[in-house]
Amino acid sequence: MFDRRLFTNFDWTLLALVLVICSIGVVNIYSAASSYREIGTPFFIKQLYWITAGIVLCLTVCSLDYHMLEDFAYWLYGGILFLLLAVLVVGKTSMGATRWIHLGFFTMQPSEPMKIVIIVTFARFFSRYPVFQGLTLKDLAYPLMLLGAPALLIMKQPDLGTAILVVLIAGTMLLYVGVRWTSLATLFAAAIPLVYGGWRFVLHDYQKDRIYNFLNPDLDPQGSGYHIIQSKIAVGSGATFGKGFLHGTQSQLRFLPEQHTDFAFSVFAEEWGFIGCLVMVVLYLFLILWGLGIASRCNDRFGSLLAVGVSAMLFWHIVINMGMVIGLFPVVGVPLPFFSYGGTSMVTSMVGVGILMNISMRRFMF
Amino acid sequence: MKPKTYLPEFNNARRIVWLSLGAFAMFFLLLARLWYLQEVQADQLLDQSENNRLRFVPVAAPRGAILDRNGKVLVSNTPSFSVSVIPQDVKNKEQLIDNLARYLNLDRKEILDKWSKGQGRAKYYPLVVASGITRDQMEFLEENRLSLSGVNIEMKPIRQYANGDLAAHLLGYIGEISENELTSDRYKEYNAGDYVGKSGIERAWENYLHGSDGGRQIEVDARGRFLRTVEETDSSVGNSVVLTVDLDMQKVAEQALGDQAGAAVAMDVNTGEILAFASSPDFDPTLFAGRMPPDKWKEYLEDKRRPLENKALRGMYPPGSTFKIITAIAGLEEGLIDQHTSVECPGYYKFGNSTFKCWEKKGHGHVELRRALRESCDVYFYKLAERLGVDRIAKYAKRFGLGAPLGVGLDQEKGGIIPTSEWKLKRFGKKWYQGETLSVGIGQGYVLTTPLQLASMIATVANEGTIYRPHLVKKIVDFDGKVLKEFTPEVIGKTGLHPETYKLVKEGLFAVVNEPHGTGGMARLAEVKVAGKTGSSQVVKLRDSKGDVPYQFRDHALFVAFAPYEKPEVAVAVIVEHGEHGGSAAAPVAGRIMRSYFEGKGLIKKPVPKAPPKTEEEGEGAPVLQGAPAAPGQKPAPAPGPPAVQPPAATLPKQQ
Repeated sequence: MFDRRLFTNFDWTLLALVLVICSIGVVNIYSAASSYREIGTPFFIKQLYWITAGIVLCLTVCSLDYHMLEDFAYWLYGGILFLLLAVLVVGKTSMGATRWIHLGFFTMQPSEPMKIVIIVTFARFFSRYPVFQGLTLKDLAYPLMLLGAPALLIMKQPDLGTAILVVLIAGTMLLYVGVRWTSLATLFAAAIPLVYGGWRFVLHDYQKDRIYNFLNPDLDPQGSGYHIIQSKIAVGSGATFGKGFLHGTQSQLRFLPEQHTDFAFSVFAEEWGFIGCLVMVVLYLFLILWGLGIASRCNDRFGSLLAVGVSAMLFWHIVINMGMVIGLFPVVGVPLPFFSYGGTSMVTSMVGVGILMNISMRRFMF
Repeated sequence: MKPKTYLPEFNNARRIVWLSLGAFAMFFLLLARLWYLQEVQADQLLDQSENNRLRFVPVAAPRGAILDRNGKVLVSNTPSFSVSVIPQDVKNKEQLIDNLARYLNLDRKEILDKWSKGQGRAKYYPLVVASGITRDQMEFLEENRLSLSGVNIEMKPIRQYANGDLAAHLLGYIGEISENELTSDRYKEYNAGDYVGKSGIERAWENYLHGSDGGRQIEVDARGRFLRTVEETDSSVGNSVVLTVDLDMQKVAEQALGDQAGAAVAMDVNTGEILAFASSPDFDPTLFAGRMPPDKWKEYLEDKRRPLENKALRGMYPPGSTFKIITAIAGLEEGLIDQHTSVECPGYYKFGNSTFKCWEKKGHGHVELRRALRESCDVYFYKLAERLGVDRIAKYAKRFGLGAPLGVGLDQEKGGIIPTSEWKLKRFGKKWYQGETLSVGIGQGYVLTTPLQLASMIATVANEGTIYRPHLVKKIVDFDGKVLKEFTPEVIGKTGLHPETYKLVKEGLFAVVNEPHGTGGMARLAEVKVAGKTGSSQVVKLRDSKGDVPYQFRDHALFVAFAPYEKPEVAVAVIVEHGEHGGSAAAPVAGRIMRSYFEGKGLIKKPVPKAPPKTEEEGEGAPVLQGAPAAPGQKPAPAPGPPAVQPPAATLPKQQ
């Protein structure tokens, strides 16, 4: 099974790109957490552990032929959906949200693997589905049900960020497959009452507050608008060249919330300025384009869809996180892939990259 | 290729291009926003980030001292210890409150109240829980520091008035800056919560006294906890203001005025330096710096004697007969009278339909200038005023600096009124009546002067024609004793009269004090020749009423004087509100002030305070009496006029 071609075709560029971003992330976490009164292992060391674990996972994923996923796709989907249901019943509640579930010896957050699983599921579905000049409404019915079930369950936890991401990933894949203009228009028309209903009955007050505050952060500068304002101050005060490593006042004096996780990029922007941000944005753009390139070079439909899905997952994480810290989007707890501290995000992203590498190095095998 | 290609026209490459373009667009949007924040709004957001982390904690500069002309302290600072708590450093709040309550002998609730009042403030900000603690308590707390984490003992300088109420009006008081003051140009450098001079010297010389406040720029974290001091500017203590006032003379002036409402101003004839500037009754300036008890405030406001008004500066009184000096000068200068010009005084003067009375109902009979001044004959001056007319009187009054503020260097100085026919037309739209001129001639009617102006006027008479700007500040001295500014005599006007005029008027003024029938005998000093003029100014027209006149309708008593007669050094103006007779109420006050001046110069021996073992005579006056014959020995007896014929008169001021 281990072909020599696998090694020669290994996507070193992608690995290098990911490692560069991870390294910058570690350095940034060192700065972001340097003001914390830490107990035990410092965050940047723990992040290094996570990166190592992630790389191992990534290489494991890419050593197994991704076509296996095609066979397991619905089983995976069913399993994770079951766990999502289970979370609602026996989940662990912390900070007002029920996202975690005890699985004997470890605790997991089933909404996170759902990001990957929805990609696999959609790739599996559309790889065998005939499409003539875009998807009609009828064509969309089944996939939308596949998407709707986990999305609603995740929203119910509530975890708005992940729900939106799952929808956006699936939506991007649908666009890649091709949707008819008429179907799109109809969907949008139908979405209006749905969004209204969701606003009225599904969204929690704190989520509404976040949206209100995003629209006008000055309404309550000390309250929930605080995060956006402080983050914008941090980013903007970095100016062209930044305040220098470990010299960001907003971060070192803890004016930023969640500064080693969701707001890690604010810390970076404050200390490295526009030049640093430019480098990061270019690196991420390169990552996304590389992923899409893998999709376009892949000769089989499943692999191509998979690559687009993974690229979309990374893309939306990046856009939503960066957009949030610079005040383009409301505050939703979405981490920046490979950059924010955290094992969950690292595992998901590394699995995604593993899939991309997998596809990349097997494209000549058919 | 595996046979999955039954799927029709999956246009892979074209869709990838579209998705790539979408990704490009989104990332471009992110970059555009980053550009906007980090390049366009950078300065503004940088400011905001600085505001986030930096706080300024002002440290008030200790105020400069106010000293008398001999360097004796009038106002200084005294340390006041207060206990404050810095919430961020407190480990156990409940226990700390218990300890503080026990150590300071305070109610637990009291401390808790003050604590919770400051709850909203930043955590690094010291919360004062007890102020004005004693030195013993302070030391006790210092010793028990370990059990009091988070407690800070602060030393704050507060104003100390070395002589209590003495010269309260002159020195003034300080208080927290008001809203109005904050918005005015004068205080544009100040911040809310600063203490500034509110009246008197404290206010007028605020610039020098205040010093420059220091402060600490501190860095705080998001929870408002102090992290470090970024920058520290030391405060520098204010400069000291050395007054021209002599503490001893000021004391004597205020003692002599006693409880009576009134004012006394003593001035150096040859420099314009003010030696005493008393307004009575006094108030307690320390009450204004802290919290004024409401009943005390009410008491001040309701007191008919107006303790809060600086009468020396702002009290406007008809000068009464003291104004006859001006009328006499005008007459002499205009050539209407000479020393022999005489008038027959029957006790009244009929003018038109009305009768103007002389204070001496029996009449003075044959009166020429010297006697007219000595006995203050009204009829003489009615007739002279009639011939002069109001405008010519006003001309000379103004030459002596009356009718306008002199610029003594305190805020809100009053200027008084010297009426002219033009003034009346402008003010009331009515023409001047000749009859009104007669009132002006004896310092009644519309004429109003301040005690300060009267002192300046008599000083100008004494020095024969030079108006010095009356001033209260001799020099400004910095903390190291270096003189920053010294105020030299400033001539603000010359009267330009004939020397003969002064000679005649001064002879008359000498007679007032030193000759029989003189109205000002009670100001006489045995050792030094005093010249002066009494005055009683009508408050209401009640000349005919008999018996007890209610207090508020009684005449004001005035006296202006200078001494020594031959070579004048000191000039004094005294007014005792509703004191009725200048000769009995005001002249003794002036006498005591002048005595104090010459005691200071060593010309008059000071009475030994506790005399009994030394002399058989009783009381304090005795040594003075004995000193009297000795005086001519030290200094040859001056020529003109009979010297102190009535020795007991010299002691009268002491008995007052």
